[in-house]
Amino acid sequence: MGTLKLELKGITKRFGSLIANDAIDLVVQSGEIHSLLGENGAGKSTLMNVLYGLYEPSAGQILVDDRPVTFNGPSDAMAAGIGMVHQHFMLVPVFTVAENVALGNEATGTGGILDLEQTRRKIRDISAKYGFDVDPDAVIEDLPVGVQQRVEIIKALVRDARILILDEPTAVLTPQETDELIDIMGQLKAAGTSIVFISHKLREVKAVSDRITVIRRGKVVGTAEPSASTTELASLMVGRSVSLTLDKAPARPGEETFQIRNLTVMNDAGQALVDNVTFSVAKGEIVAVAGVQGNGQTELTETVLGLRKHVHGSILLDGKELVGRSVRQVLDSGVGFVPEDRTTDGLVGSYTIAENLVLDLYGKKDFSRGFTLNRAAIAKHAAAKIDEFDVRTGSAEAPVATLSGGNQQKVVLARELSRPLKLFIASQPTRGVDVGSIEFLHKRIVAERDQGTPVLIVSTELDEVLELADRIAVLYAGRLMGVVPGDSSRDLLGLMMAGLNAEEAQAHLAGPDSARATTTEGEPA
Amino acid sequence: MSTTLAPTAPAQDRLIVRNWKVPVVFGILAAFALVVFAVLGPGGTATFRLSQDGDAWQLPNLVLPARATGIVVTVLCLALAALAYRQTQRTGRTERWLGVSFAILFVIGLMVWIIAGTNTQNITLVGLFTGAMLIVTPIVFGSLSGVLCERSGVVNIAIEGQLLAGAFTASLVASITGNALAGLVAAAVAGVAVSFLLAVFSIRYLVNQIIVGVVLNVLVAGLTGFLFEKIMKIKVEGATIYNQPPHLPNLPIPVLSEIPILGPTFFRQSILGYLMLVLVAVIWFALYRTRWGLRIRAVGEHPQAADTMGVNVNRTRFRNVLAGGAIAGIGGAYFTLVAVSSFSKDMTGGLGFIALAALIFGRWNPVGAFLAALLFGVAGNLQSVLSIAVTPVDGHFLAMLPYALTILAVSGLVGRARPPAASGVPYVKG
Repeated sequence: MGTLKLELKGITKRFGSLIANDAIDLVVQSGEIHSLLGENGAGKSTLMNVLYGLYEPSAGQILVDDRPVTFNGPSDAMAAGIGMVHQHFMLVPVFTVAENVALGNEATGTGGILDLEQTRRKIRDISAKYGFDVDPDAVIEDLPVGVQQRVEIIKALVRDARILILDEPTAVLTPQETDELIDIMGQLKAAGTSIVFISHKLREVKAVSDRITVIRRGKVVGTAEPSASTTELASLMVGRSVSLTLDKAPARPGEETFQIRNLTVMNDAGQALVDNVTFSVAKGEIVAVAGVQGNGQTELTETVLGLRKHVHGSILLDGKELVGRSVRQVLDSGVGFVPEDRTTDGLVGSYTIAENLVLDLYGKKDFSRGFTLNRAAIAKHAAAKIDEFDVRTGSAEAPVATLSGGNQQKVVLARELSRPLKLFIASQPTRGVDVGSIEFLHKRIVAERDQGTPVLIVSTELDEVLELADRIAVLYAGRLMGVVPGDSSRDLLGLMMAGLNAEEAQAHLAGPDSARATTTEGEPA
Repeated sequence: MSTTLAPTAPAQDRLIVRNWKVPVVFGILAAFALVVFAVLGPGGTATFRLSQDGDAWQLPNLVLPARATGIVVTVLCLALAALAYRQTQRTGRTERWLGVSFAILFVIGLMVWIIAGTNTQNITLVGLFTGAMLIVTPIVFGSLSGVLCERSGVVNIAIEGQLLAGAFTASLVASITGNALAGLVAAAVAGVAVSFLLAVFSIRYLVNQIIVGVVLNVLVAGLTGFLFEKIMKIKVEGATIYNQPPHLPNLPIPVLSEIPILGPTFFRQSILGYLMLVLVAVIWFALYRTRWGLRIRAVGEHPQAADTMGVNVNRTRFRNVLAGGAIAGIGGAYFTLVAVSSFSKDMTGGLGFIALAALIFGRWNPVGAFLAALLFGVAGNLQSVLSIAVTPVDGHFLAMLPYALTILAVSGLVGRARPPAASGVPYVKG
């Protein structure tokens, strides 16, 4: 198993008229960790899917150890020594670890009878070598995401991958799990595996890379050394200088008008998704709910809005109970809500921008006359909001699905903030949004706070939480690990996101064994 | 700002989501048992004849006093309902054995009540089961076709059409060639032809699979009906020569066929009956123990994962749908080569849809589908066996039994069924 040099020459990938990759050149030297840095939608994943044989390039060449190759499918790429860990794991949830690792590469006896014992042995070997704690007979859906990711890495290693592509691998991890992943990447590199690390998180890219290639709008815009400063990298990635820190005045919290008390939410099977959670948000403050994805944040916001059943406990807004009310009643009581997935829950893609801007207001007398809509008023409203929120579009009559992610999110925000609010909830307010729009959206959220609205943010991006929050509530497995000040350290939050309560986490950081937990750099630049 | 501490200690008094469906249904059925089986139960006895006169081993008849049995059954049913109530109260759910025991008890009560209420007051169990196999066999072939399709991610609503196409073609080809085996092969080809349309439209052209399936059923019904009128009714010298297929003979297996009840039911069958048993075992083994099965299940659960591991998703699906068609076509041949001796219009009578229900009831597992088919078969045959005797309930109600069971099965009362995650979802790369 030697090392491998990989070269991409002039790779172009078109989808219809859209050019996702435009003549990209990239060289990954053997035994290096090469980062691909770029915003969401810059074309990183497309490029890697081309490399992995999932897409056929429209033009260009792939060279492995200086020999040109063509991949007709992932099996060709795997045969050439390329392995990939996808952003959304490619694991069959109802299969065991061994079955997933075996799939496509099965050891068989006579007549195609599976010999899983051989696969189990390989998994144990790799587990032991890299210190993974993976049980070959565990069922995938029972495993935490961090372990699932290791299974993905094992899948590649079992196939003797000499280049490993990791597509946004840290998106689903706690800071501590990210540190462990960085360790693993170091071990793999030492063992001779080259790694392509795809990310938009500057801090991580700087921490792991030997070399950095920056991609913007499908083109390579430059390469950088990991010693480059975060601001340099950011401006290269975005194409203009950006301020990475938000100027916001200290919060002046008023009365705690939004209160969640002993809230428990269960699924039909009786498992608690939100488990006895109590906290409150004051007027004029932003409380951010932090946690790794899937720890009850989604259910918490859905419950406030009245979307879930099996709810116990109490949610009070201005002293009025919200539990048991319909969504319409909750909205009418002054709740603005930005759902985590704008394309499925926030917008109707085929409706126009103007229509989407009044999705929850069309029945109000401003926008309707009897049974018909007041088209003129809706158009006027749309023009005003497009201007106010800087939505980049040719026409208010364009289907909202034609907008970029950032502009779609501005439409959602514009709609939700167009009523006087008593509570503003935003779930993943900047997921899949370009850096320029992030700045704008964050400013609007802070502006809403400064008007005296209680604001509840849910985000799995720790950077965003630290930037916006006046206080941070950490959820783990549906339980509240504690509410800590907005300027708490990443290490503290990371430990809480991994299931320690605030007190335990603080004790852990103060204790003698805290050295391991502080390998990451402290604060973002 | 002070730090609030989280309540990490698990809250005492855990809140529970209770599912009252099971105790409520048990309660209603137990009340029914109390009134009908016990209080209003017939006076006499019910006789279950376990052996036929010609059998090598004779078992004595099982004679049960009707009202006493009704009372015992009612008491036990009430006890189980109470237990179900308590379990739900405590844990929010009921254990699985409760449902199974309750079903068995209730069926015993129901059988005794019906038999004792007829004017003959006896039933031949062998007759009940061997007759049931006439329904069971095509259902099982249909379900196996469904297993192959759905496990790979294609919903096959066209089972009914495949059975019908198989029945028609088997009769036609066997009549022309005078060879039943030729008819069998032709039936498989006909099933594959129907499947081919399903595969092309749903996999290649991404048409909604349910709609294609329904359309195919209508197409096959129309086509076979038309050809039946135009070809099969042609008479040469007063006889319909194109609808006179030779029979597949019964091949009793020595010794095994002499086992009471089981012998006549499973070991005095035609080659199709044995093929059914073999297929159930082979498909089960192949699905869960071989490379082929691992890949198929992966394609049906998470096609992207299979694709990234080098499995060709759409080719796998195409092949499976064709294989499913062959199996359903062979199942269709059972109608004209074994069950009756000629084709008649729409003779499958909805068994293809019952096969679909058996597939769901059996949780997309070949063995489960087989057992579900047995249940449907016995329930369906009960009515025909008893139609000669005067039953306490109208025969039409008994005839509803398999369909009522189907609704129960599909409604998820008997445990939640979990279909292959990607079943019915077309796969497009990227």
